[in-house]
Amino acid sequence: MSQLLFETGEWTFDTLKRTYDAIEEIAVGEMGLDPYPNQIELISSEQMLDAYSSIGMPIFYHHWSFGKRFARDEKMYRKGYTGLAYEIVINSNPCISYVMEENTMTMQALVMAQAAFGHNHFFKNNYLFREQTDAGGILDYLNFARAYVSRCEERHGITAVERILDTGHALMDQGVDRYGRRSRPSLSEELAKAEARQAHAEGSYSDLWRTLPGAGAKRKGAAKPDERKQDLLGLPEENLLYFLEKFSPRLKDWERELLRIVRNIAQYFFPQRQTKVMNEGCATWVHYTIMNRLYDLGKISEGAMLEFIASHSSVVFQPDFDDQRYSGINPYALGFEMMRDIERIVTNPTEEDRAYLPQIAGTGDVMAALKYAWANFRDDSFIAQYLSPHLMRKMRLFKLTDLAADPAYKVSAIHDERGYKQVRRALASQYDTGLRDPNIQATSADLAGDRRLVLTHRMTNEVPLAERDALAVLAYVSDLWGFDVEMVGVNHDNEQRYRYDLGAAAKVGAVS
Amino acid sequence: MNVIDRRLNPSGKSLPNRQRFIRLAKETIKEAVVRSIRERSLGDVENKEVINIPMKRVAEPRLRHASQGGDRDQVFPGNKEFIQGDTLPKPKSGAGEKGSQGAPDGEGDDDFRFTISAEEYLDILFEELELPDLAKTQLKDDATLRYHRAGHSSSGSPSNLNLVRTMRRSLARRISLGRPKPGEMAELEAEIVALEARTARDAEADASLEALKTKRAELNARSRRIGYIDPVDLRYNRFEAKPQPSAQAVMFCLMDVSGSMTEDMKDLAKRFFLLLHLFLRRNYKHVDLVFIRHTSEAKEVDEETFFNSRETGGTVVSTALTEMRRIIDERYSVEDWNIYAAQASDGDNYASDSRTCLTLLNEAILPICQYFAYVEVYDRRQAEIFLSNLNVSELWKDYETVCGDHANFAMKRVFSKADVFPVFHQLFAKARHAA
Repeated sequence: MSQLLFETGEWTFDTLKRTYDAIEEIAVGEMGLDPYPNQIELISSEQMLDAYSSIGMPIFYHHWSFGKRFARDEKMYRKGYTGLAYEIVINSNPCISYVMEENTMTMQALVMAQAAFGHNHFFKNNYLFREQTDAGGILDYLNFARAYVSRCEERHGITAVERILDTGHALMDQGVDRYGRRSRPSLSEELAKAEARQAHAEGSYSDLWRTLPGAGAKRKGAAKPDERKQDLLGLPEENLLYFLEKFSPRLKDWERELLRIVRNIAQYFFPQRQTKVMNEGCATWVHYTIMNRLYDLGKISEGAMLEFIASHSSVVFQPDFDDQRYSGINPYALGFEMMRDIERIVTNPTEEDRAYLPQIAGTGDVMAALKYAWANFRDDSFIAQYLSPHLMRKMRLFKLTDLAADPAYKVSAIHDERGYKQVRRALASQYDTGLRDPNIQATSADLAGDRRLVLTHRMTNEVPLAERDALAVLAYVSDLWGFDVEMVGVNHDNEQRYRYDLGAAAKVGAVS
Repeated sequence: MNVIDRRLNPSGKSLPNRQRFIRLAKETIKEAVVRSIRERSLGDVENKEVINIPMKRVAEPRLRHASQGGDRDQVFPGNKEFIQGDTLPKPKSGAGEKGSQGAPDGEGDDDFRFTISAEEYLDILFEELELPDLAKTQLKDDATLRYHRAGHSSSGSPSNLNLVRTMRRSLARRISLGRPKPGEMAELEAEIVALEARTARDAEADASLEALKTKRAELNARSRRIGYIDPVDLRYNRFEAKPQPSAQAVMFCLMDVSGSMTEDMKDLAKRFFLLLHLFLRRNYKHVDLVFIRHTSEAKEVDEETFFNSRETGGTVVSTALTEMRRIIDERYSVEDWNIYAAQASDGDNYASDSRTCLTLLNEAILPICQYFAYVEVYDRRQAEIFLSNLNVSELWKDYETVCGDHANFAMKRVFSKADVFPVFHQLFAKARHAA
């Protein structure tokens, strides 16, 4: 009797279940992956389009920008410019994977291996997801968010809600906490501190101090009301959404809550932005390994294997920089190659690998090395740590330097002994969200005076902002802030490079 | 692991998003729709429409780095012949540099293109327009039935079960009849278990155990007798079928097809009729079309002949009006039908016929018509001559006298394709009636 899990491309619920069990046996039993419980949902292509427009989430509040995305995706799909994803997976507990009904059985197997085990394991174990997202609560939160937004729309009108959400979306990239927030002392802690200070002052009081020359002047300097005020506002603050939500003088409570919703969702997605290469690499490597294992065990046919390989290699295809199809480095390709490379280094290292990656070279336990990497790194640190000279040569990576003062680009490093470290560092920082997103902070807001809000852009290598967008966003901010807003760009020497000044009178759209 | 089949769930979850988007882009879409009605050919008015919206109206700006300026490093794959220290000239214009670097950052002025459905297209096209007269609605024998919510009932199909009401009644009944609560039972059970677990029991304990057991039996029996949900609790949403008054309309298209009407002019007239037909179709379930063409005599024809064949002969407008009246009397009873008429002509008429026309209009046609629109069409050559109001045709002059007396009569002149929709819009604009 044939051991094959399925013989034709048509899937049934029976074969799905059987294949899932076989995959689970390999993924959990042999590879030791540790995913959330799975829930696999079958959807049609229209539902996939729906899901696309709301960032893949099953429930989401309503906003015109999703309608725009839907209109674009639908057109692209109907005209045949793009296919739809085979699957969408959600970082939730249980982990929900949407798979398309159009997929053949081979694709369903691939998709289950990739989403239900690859991505799922990554979500559950990577430190960023563990720290910054609440997989168990996200669906409930989205439910709340949608209900809250629609209640606000009923009560205050769609336009009023859109005014807040538009601003929120514009600042989404600046609406995340990159590091844990400094804890605010509670009132009782403040009181205790004040008492202790008082006691110390009383205990060490000596009338003689008063007679020291210059004592009065010193005391005047110590008051520093500005610093105190800045401190109350928690300035400087890089989470602009948080700052607006907490301190904008003109917002109503429901408006603050809306900003909070956008901010929470931005934070939920932040780890995904930081781990694109790793996440896709992990999932692709997992499905590749599982499918091969299924084939080795005689559970899928050669035909299915061929179909799988065709699909897999188009996913991890990386065109060269001078190819027409080139549109940046393909995260699937880079991620998959790196995972494969780690596998090679662990099992079969060269002398070079031993020199570059002594901690894993030749240890022999592939899964342990990979699981450690998946759990404890994000894209930039992962590349900085694990990109090997072997892979740089294989992908023929080179670094191009573009200096503003220079009339030509310069090839500053290639895949050779002198260049490895440079290329690796450059590629890593390309994936560093701290460098990729402009560093913008709220630095001053004189709440007692003219309430002018100052945003400071600390420029990295003098790279400016896209001006038209920046002005449009500033207009949004000044609309919500209600008073003048200005943005200054300073370079690393604290020299001012540009300054946008927006009076509150300037309305959204006036500059767009 | 669960496999859940969601395919039967309704799609179109994104519809509210789409509506919000359209609302935002409305102004632009409207301009595009009106422009398209001027430009597109006749056949496909009802087809989908592709709309270009300038990107900036629906832009989603973000604070992000510009694609130009500053010092930057970038890593690329697929090196072929470069070695360290090679230089490459920067592209002059800057935009298309580095593969597709320029594209995703979206500083270009590309329009956002998207397709609206035929329904949305017509919605936008006929927004702010309304039918000039209160429509006659008539209950007919074959009137359609429509279901309305009508309270609740104690019987119905399971899909109409009203859970809230059912559970409320069930709860009330359980409380009033004293059905033991699950918590109560559990407590009792726990007590019995605790007592039974005790190894050394005295007589008192035995007695109380016995009492508890009796009580448990009693409560169990009571639970069984008083169901958790009883058929008397069930409440269903009730729907009632009500006959839906169906409104129907007949639209008469009258056109002069004598030699003086050129193809150009017929095309203009056709556009006008087409719009009117679309408009009526949106307001009435059922719209009949009657085409009457006339030279020196009038004849009812089918649509094909109406627009395409050509006749020679003089022009006697009144014959068309007489024919129209005859058809109304014959087929369309005034009580049942909303009657609309649109007449297109180049303004020529047999000199002595004007009187007859006026009498017919005033006495036979306008009193029973919902609306009568007269459009005078001109071809380009004539347009230059007739642009001033002083040079008007004979027919126009005569009709003008009618216009003042009847609110349901309107007349406009159309000079070019681009005029058709604005003229139509003016004829049916809501404001006309508000004023």
